Amino acid sequence: MEYPPQLKQQTSRRSFLGYILAGGFVAWLAAIAYPLFSYLRPPKQAEVEVTSVKVGTLSSLPKESGVIVRFGNKPVIVVRTAAGEVRAFSATCTHLDCTVQYRKDFGSIWCACHNGRYDLNGRNIAGPPPRPLDPYRVSIQGGDVFVSKNV
Amino acid sequence: MQRAWQRLYAWLDERLQLANLVEFMGKKYVPVHRHSIWYYFGGVSLFLFLIQVVTGILLLLYYKGSEQLAFESIQFISSKVSFGWLIRSIHSWSANLFILAVLVHMFSVFFERSYRAPRELTWMTGMVMFFLALGFGFSGYLLPWNELAFFATKVGTDIAGVIPVVGKPLMIFLRGGEDVTGATLSRFFGFHVAVLPGIFTVALGIHLLLVQRQGMSEPLHVAALPANGRKTMPFFPNFLLRDLLLWLIVLNLLAILAVFFPWELGKKADLFASAPSGIRPEWYFLFMFQTLKFIPARIGFIDGEVLGVFVFSLAGLLWLLIPFWDRRSARGERNRALSYAGLCAVMYIIAFTILGWVL
Repeated sequence: MEYPPQLKQQTSRRSFLGYILAGGFVAWLAAIAYPLFSYLRPPKQAEVEVTSVKVGTLSSLPKESGVIVRFGNKPVIVVRTAAGEVRAFSATCTHLDCTVQYRKDFGSIWCACHNGRYDLNGRNIAGPPPRPLDPYRVSIQGGDVFVSKNV
Repeated sequence: MQRAWQRLYAWLDERLQLANLVEFMGKKYVPVHRHSIWYYFGGVSLFLFLIQVVTGILLLLYYKGSEQLAFESIQFISSKVSFGWLIRSIHSWSANLFILAVLVHMFSVFFERSYRAPRELTWMTGMVMFFLALGFGFSGYLLPWNELAFFATKVGTDIAGVIPVVGKPLMIFLRGGEDVTGATLSRFFGFHVAVLPGIFTVALGIHLLLVQRQGMSEPLHVAALPANGRKTMPFFPNFLLRDLLLWLIVLNLLAILAVFFPWELGKKADLFASAPSGIRPEWYFLFMFQTLKFIPARIGFIDGEVLGVFVFSLAGLLWLLIPFWDRRSARGERNRALSYAGLCAVMYIIAFTILGWVL
């Protein structure tokens, strides 16, 4: 059916107004949703950049033992092998974020949450962990053990 | 005295049209058959939820939701506040019995096919409440800020993080940051005492309204009987009184459990300690936890976790939508295959829960 010209103009004016209204409504919703969703996302906390942490003296770390130290706000595990070598890894299990521990009876690093195991090179050798533990650099200066980021 | 009551009733009736309601209640009947006992578990769940609301409000009077004070405030409740130990113990026990009652209620509804048309919405609102109940359990578990809860929350929120695309933002939203910290505790506290109860109350209102409007569902074999072959019992007062009697029994059971097996508090969470051995989530998450332990790190080209989470999510979605794809039951026919599948699911859940407990 053919509309008379003035009616055609009217419908297009009406649909134009419709678009303006709908667009305004969407913009209004976005203006409400955006601050709300932004609020839900926690702000980045300023972290103190830690490059090196003193673990303690070498003598405080017996052979075949492990200790968790605080590296910034991440836990790091420092282990001393039977041969006396000191190694450090991220203590956060690559599986589901639990904190690992040294098990003398296994001679390996173990995660209690899902029975995951890593050897003393940090490699995932049993259980569910998908990746090795991230290594940290160990330096011994005058009997003191230091752990630093592996760059 | 009698007159005063009558006048009060007349006054309320004039404003609320109580007469309709009384007539409705008087006409409400509960079917009586050999599976009638399952009708009581919805009521028991409701009762335990009410206990949670009351004891939860009482705990709020002393609980402090912060990293430094949460553990200590629960110690304070348990040792200094008169009957604080009892209120906390009841809240913990009732939470667990609530999940148990809800599970029984849900599976009985499943096996009786009570979700079939026209009760799809009752099933769906029930499922919403079931997921919320798990959320209540998960968030409430962290509030004492002890070692076990801390690592359970790390694992639980990390699992949310493995979901492709939305996982990471979801995990950060839940944790209030990259890691589980005091910020997580604040958020979980808010979810536990405000967000979840609010949504739950709405779902519960709809659920109960639907049950009242539609009446109790009859199992297929009862619905197939001729009208004069079906037995019923008036809801008011017969069924209601039985309901109340059972609530009394549950309250007694709760008191016995709370007094003789007080809920432990454990050790305060230390963000820089190794996860203790014997770590496990609440029993109702154990079967999933145990499954994740068995799944290898990688299956083909995808992560074991991702696959596990995907399968459980899919199963949950199928479960939620049962009324819409179980067409046989909707037509009033028996669906044996579905019953066997349900039975397998129940046996799997029980077996893996026991495995998770002993391993």
